[in-house]
Amino acid sequence: MSFNKSEIQKIAWLARLSIEQQDISTYSDELSNILNLVECMNSVDTEGISPIAHPLDLTARFRTDSVTEVNQRDQFQKNAAQTDAGCYLVPKVIE
Amino acid sequence: MHQSTLAQLSTALESNQISSEELTRHYLERCKQFNKSLNCFITINEESALTQAKLADIQRKTGDATPLTGIPIAQKDIFCTNGVKTSCGSKMLDNFIAPYDATLVRKMNLAGIVNIGKTNMDEFAMGSSNETSFYGAVKNPWNKETVPGGSSGGSACVVAARLSPAATGTDTGGSIRQPASLCGITGLKPTYGRVSRYGMIAFASSLDQGGPMTQTAEDAGLIMNVIAGFDERDSTSAEHPVDDYTARLNDSIEGIKIGLPKQYFSEGLDSNIAELIQEGIKELEKLGATCKEIELPNTELSIPAYYVVAPAECSSNLSRFDGVRFGHSCENPRDLSDLYCRSRSEGFGKEVKRRIMIGTYVLSSGYYDAYYLKAQRIRHLIRLDFQKALADVDVIAGPTATGTAFKLNEMMGDPVSMYRSDLYTVSANLAGLPAISIPAGFVNNLPVGMQLIGNYFEESRLLNIAHRFQQATDHHKAIPEGFE
Amino acid sequence: MDWETVIGLEIHTQLATKSKIFSGAATTYGAEPNTQACEVDLGLPGVLPVLNEQAVLMAIKFGLAIGAEIPKRSIFSRKNYFYPDLPKGYQISQFELPIVNSGHIEIQLADGTTKEVGITRAHLEEDAGKSMHEGFGDQTGIDLNRAGTPLLEIVSEPDMRSAKEAVAYMKKVHSIVCYLEICDGNMQEGSFRCDANVSIRPKGEEAFGTRTELKNINSFRYVEQAINIEIERQVDILEDGGKIEQETRLYDPNRNETRSMRSKEEANDYRYFPDPDLLPIQIDVELIEKVRNQLPELPNAKKQRFIDEFNLSDYDSGVLTAQKEIADYFEDCVVITEGEAKLSANWINGELSASLNKENKDITESPVTPKMLGSMIKLINDDTISGKIAKQVFEAMWNGEGSADSIVERKNLKQVTDRGVIEKLVDDVIANNPIQVTQYKATPEEKKEKLIGYFVGQIMKKSQGKANPKKVNELLIEKLDT
Repeated sequence: MSFNKSEIQKIAWLARLSIEQQDISTYSDELSNILNLVECMNSVDTEGISPIAHPLDLTARFRTDSVTEVNQRDQFQKNAAQTDAGCYLVPKVIE
Repeated sequence: MHQSTLAQLSTALESNQISSEELTRHYLERCKQFNKSLNCFITINEESALTQAKLADIQRKTGDATPLTGIPIAQKDIFCTNGVKTSCGSKMLDNFIAPYDATLVRKMNLAGIVNIGKTNMDEFAMGSSNETSFYGAVKNPWNKETVPGGSSGGSACVVAARLSPAATGTDTGGSIRQPASLCGITGLKPTYGRVSRYGMIAFASSLDQGGPMTQTAEDAGLIMNVIAGFDERDSTSAEHPVDDYTARLNDSIEGIKIGLPKQYFSEGLDSNIAELIQEGIKELEKLGATCKEIELPNTELSIPAYYVVAPAECSSNLSRFDGVRFGHSCENPRDLSDLYCRSRSEGFGKEVKRRIMIGTYVLSSGYYDAYYLKAQRIRHLIRLDFQKALADVDVIAGPTATGTAFKLNEMMGDPVSMYRSDLYTVSANLAGLPAISIPAGFVNNLPVGMQLIGNYFEESRLLNIAHRFQQATDHHKAIPEGFE
Repeated sequence: MDWETVIGLEIHTQLATKSKIFSGAATTYGAEPNTQACEVDLGLPGVLPVLNEQAVLMAIKFGLAIGAEIPKRSIFSRKNYFYPDLPKGYQISQFELPIVNSGHIEIQLADGTTKEVGITRAHLEEDAGKSMHEGFGDQTGIDLNRAGTPLLEIVSEPDMRSAKEAVAYMKKVHSIVCYLEICDGNMQEGSFRCDANVSIRPKGEEAFGTRTELKNINSFRYVEQAINIEIERQVDILEDGGKIEQETRLYDPNRNETRSMRSKEEANDYRYFPDPDLLPIQIDVELIEKVRNQLPELPNAKKQRFIDEFNLSDYDSGVLTAQKEIADYFEDCVVITEGEAKLSANWINGELSASLNKENKDITESPVTPKMLGSMIKLINDDTISGKIAKQVFEAMWNGEGSADSIVERKNLKQVTDRGVIEKLVDDVIANNPIQVTQYKATPEEKKEKLIGYFVGQIMKKSQGKANPKKVNELLIEKLDT
């Protein structure tokens, strides 16, 4: 398994990471090595074995529908880079 | 004073031999003194720790105390602590002051435990050497040229050097047990869902579990008594009844059946380590346990399955770090994409980016079935292996790590080798089983840990066996030179 | 060429829970920005979701109402993409194993026939926050109050063949969710909105054409306009030999056009996978039966009952049951009038509906309550007022002048039924119109009725509309024929 430049860039874009041109080949090698490491899974017969997303076979417990939270906006927004009039700010979004 | 265990300190406080303030000041002094050379703390909570200590002394006087009231314990910097920087070892959260307490922190505060500081760790818990931390590598107190293991390397180091009588850690693929092994302390990864994950910054949600890192099994039990239990804020936490984790410590282990997986003693294991583990097992047999060889046929597959599932979950869990509401935000973004890409690329370190990339890839269209689903099927196989084995034996014993502490920088250029070194630990996470690492001796003056894996929610049994072992051995009492 | 339109709708229904789907923050509309966004809604590091029971029950309710199967097991997945209104970088939604499987909804078409529209599935998910593009200079403001509000996304089969059918379907779904009280139905506030998938194909062709997705349309009128304008656009392109691109488009009601939203599309790969923070939902038969027993009467059943019980026409019954509040209003009115269903229906579908439309009011905001209308209808029934006067009384009630009784009393609108008074009026009119009387007498019997109207009109005018028309008629004929 190996990655070409555009594949690395596509993955990076999905993950919103910018990768410098000079690092692309390093990433390509490292990702290939990791995929080689996991490649051996393919030789295993998992016919009839269901995938499990959780280690324990538990089912959901529900929360009763009641309001338990209070407004802590000022506290929360102390961690934000930019806010105005109670809103978080981002560069203009064009739709 | 700092040679005492939690249990001993608890007695000392109870009998007024010492105050929490004195105790806390003593440990704070040690933290400040040794942190320069060990780099094990990201934050030392000097002021708030003393406030908590004074309060604890009042609680002790008014009879409002729990066994651990007034004892300083260090928290891995992955647990959100209200009003305190919670960095997760990352530049991304270098400026993040958590606005709420993790459930584990809240429970410890309620028990009157003094939060002495936040320990260094691999960035977002991704690493096995503590070298991926934005705050620099942690040194192993047994040999400062070696790593303490990871990701809870700071916590392991703090306990080994007796800068705090105990600490907390988290374990996604061995991050409590491997550093415990490399630093010569006791580390328990509870059953998945036993300790609430609320407020514990997620790496891989279906594998992460918080637990104690202590000098002894008894101390681990004391901490479990505080942190274990159902949390209505964590859907994956278990409603299973909670044990008194110190009640059964002294039970006889006569007749306990221990399984020794053939695959854990194969050629990959250092022969010196194998020898120590065999000695440890003999010790258990002396105490009345019976041993037999067992099979965990899919052990080799645990690394591949883990290195698909964990990155997949991490790639999604770390998407929230986008420079908008918290965390690192790049200067003068040109547009929205620039804000995202640059904030994330600047904020995350190499290993984190590598795992996000892998995780993104294995979930992407066209690869999901071959990687993610396949890995989750193999996870099922691994769980079946354990279920079969544990139907026959009470616990499984073996080494914790494939080697002793390695040299700083030795493995950094070779992530795949580093991944492979998690061979004995990741399967307990994939299956969700409790597992403990306890000191089993030294190879070339570096500690070696023995691992015991138990059945679901049988932490008490693991602690019982570990405690009896520690009653009969002295490995856990050794303190690295210069820290006595 | 003749084209056939193919439309499928994805309707997003905000569920009327008090708290969010995965957190205890309030869902109230219109709060100050970010004051209802708690640590979970903001996706702070370390937080975890816990599922709101009410959201699950509401989804089951909907499923049962459309005759869908409720699977035993259902799971949440993460839909991964970056957008400022999506705090975690993923939306918790359902992909495989939704909470509601296929069902169907019956709609009425303009020609009076009915049509069945298939529902592919309905699934639970969390709503996103809101981006505000005005007032922040060259930046966008993000308000996350709406983030985490429970949504039920109802996905239809591509069964609709015109914008009108799409609207009829959307109205029917709106009516069902309001009947079930699982959604407040407020479209202005975005509680009920839809995406429309639109494609065209040559008539008779089996294969579907390439579809476009029209995003976030929040009124019935806009759905119709947006679909029609999109059909026109697609026809133009295909007839010019062009190709339709599969894309997301935004409807701009001000310019009545759709435009491409390429920014949202950029090489999306949502990387769905089961959310490891949430466990599978298990729904047992007892729970389903419990919810089934709590189901209210639904529009179709209510319509049939109105026809059977009150002898109403299919049309009247359909109009009255389209909105639950109208049906309730009607039934209250029937009780007050002691069973005067037909008259009640006429007044509600007539004067009341016209007045509401004129002032763009919902029936729940009507100044004339069922009790007021019912009391007035009783006055018509016991001959206290005439139907004609009633219109005047209704208008006065609408304008807040009080109850029917007090208006009639105050304005002296009581019908005159006293024989002596009416006789005097009749005599006067006969005396004052000798020519018409002569004409009447000369007219053959079968045509006389037409002429009577003239005299009645004169008498009613003289009585200011208050004379009892029946009595006037009787006396007139009696007098003219002697």
